[in-house]
Amino acid sequence: MINDKQPLINSLDKNCSAVILLKSVHMGSFSPRGISFVNLRVLTAMIHVQNVSKHFGDLVAVDNISFQLEKGDVLGFLGPNGAGKTTTMRIITGYMPPTKGKVHVADVDIFEDPLTAKSHIGYLPENPPLYEEMIVTDYLDFVADIKKVPINEKKGRIHYVMEKCGIFDVGKRIIGHLSKGYRQRIGIAQALINDPSVLVLDEPTNGLDPRQIIEIRKLIKGLSGDRTIILSTHILPEVTMICSKVVIINEGKIVLEESLKRLSQKASDVENILLKTKYQGDEVREKILSIPNVSDIRSGPTNELIIQPKKGVDIREEVSELVIQNKWGLLELHPVAHNLEEVFLKVISSAGN
Amino acid sequence: MNAVYPILKRELRSYFASPLAYVILVVFQSISALFFLLYLKGLLHLQFDPSFHLFRGELNLNNVVVIPYFDTMSIVLLFIIPLITMRSLADERTSHTAELLFTSPIKLRDIILGKYLAALILLIIMLFLSSLNIIVLTVHGNPDLGAVFSSYLGLLLLGASFLSIGIFASSLSSSQLVSAIIAFGILLVLWLIGASSDTESSILGYISLINHFENFGKGIIELKDLAYYFSMIYIGLFLTHVALDSERWR
Repeated sequence: MINDKQPLINSLDKNCSAVILLKSVHMGSFSPRGISFVNLRVLTAMIHVQNVSKHFGDLVAVDNISFQLEKGDVLGFLGPNGAGKTTTMRIITGYMPPTKGKVHVADVDIFEDPLTAKSHIGYLPENPPLYEEMIVTDYLDFVADIKKVPINEKKGRIHYVMEKCGIFDVGKRIIGHLSKGYRQRIGIAQALINDPSVLVLDEPTNGLDPRQIIEIRKLIKGLSGDRTIILSTHILPEVTMICSKVVIINEGKIVLEESLKRLSQKASDVENILLKTKYQGDEVREKILSIPNVSDIRSGPTNELIIQPKKGVDIREEVSELVIQNKWGLLELHPVAHNLEEVFLKVISSAGN
Repeated sequence: MNAVYPILKRELRSYFASPLAYVILVVFQSISALFFLLYLKGLLHLQFDPSFHLFRGELNLNNVVVIPYFDTMSIVLLFIIPLITMRSLADERTSHTAELLFTSPIKLRDIILGKYLAALILLIIMLFLSSLNIIVLTVHGNPDLGAVFSSYLGLLLLGASFLSIGIFASSLSSSQLVSAIIAFGILLVLWLIGASSDTESSILGYISLINHFENFGKGIIELKDLAYYFSMIYIGLFLTHVALDSERWR
């Protein structure tokens, strides 16, 4: 459990840290100091998942998962298909109980007091839960009723979510006649109708065209703030754009839990730079190697050079200056590959082994 | 605010947004009118048939038209009610709206009750329309109105029990067809179980749906019959609750 916003509390109780260490083992966290906050923040967490497992017969869909989110956190829930993302979300929203473990939403146990806990949650399932034969406004009115939105606020809320999700122009149309993009947006609208403090979105950009994807991402970004949001996806750039935290899950287990800031730091530690010049003599290689922060250099497949800088140092400026000074003719200079993607693949494949 | 009402309202709307409710109403109304005509015609024939003059005293509207009419209606309901209830819960699964309902801050009990009451209202509309036949009868003849009313009460209770069993069947499957077949199977077994025992006092005879309907046709409203139907309704809804609840625990 890592949170960079919080300062390290030095005066940790001795007993407390003992518990903490035990906990750090099964959570597989990267920083033992971050773990300490798990136990200290139990009371402020908006979502608190404790050792949750779910079995379907012999199949273990979710295996001993724990994590915790606070107000304002946006969690990207990553993992390959069938990793247990949807099952975890269904457990958090109270759709199904876990085989083992506990879930607290806004400090309420979702299975001891489901009505109170559920009133804090807005949930968009993988397939938006729409009644095809209804018109959009009637549908939102119905959802507002079953989500116990007070009657005097209902009209305003419906207006607000329709505006937020851009579905005003289809308000009087039958849901069954609308395109996938509109359906997805109506799905998000229904999740927002009770002004939830916890928003759970299962693949919110699934099946949308690129323009709609950008719109939905903007929308979700605009919704964060005071809300706690969990969204699952397998599109990695989405996480970089929207989320403040990442949990990667594979075969029902958490294989990585990190704040996005740290994750991208980690990723940029191994960031290489690709350089392509018109002039391709041996002196190029030699002169670049003489830059103090360059640790290695190798040739790429099409005569370009892949430069590996020392950890965490940006050498692009120095390299470009060198190229210009020597008039080698700069053609290309950019970082190589998408970082998060590399981390993701590395984490998933190493967990597989 | 109670969640039963919004569920009921949405359910009723969806019945009438699809052709299903209209088709069911039309089919039920046509069949009941047809049988009504047949029985009426039968009465006319029998009255002028000399071989029946010994039974002339028995040949009245009640015995020849009203009682057979309601008996037939009860069988027609047996076929039609699984079609009304088949979509009620099965459909929530196929349209993924079950996830919306079960993650909303409402009780499972309210969901089931809302759906049940919506189906019950459709049944009442059905029975109300079919009463046109009887109204015609009262204009031109004098049937025993007491027996007519008790028959309607019986038919309503019988239909209400069918509905509750139908909703239970609908909670078992995500396929409408499968749930209709399950409902029909359960109803038919409960119906025929009485035929296997002659006396009403045997257990099987008591469980049978049809045995409890006979009294209503004669104009007798007995507490044991009321208790039977109400417990039938309760059991059906209770089993639905258990089925939906346990499904998620699996």
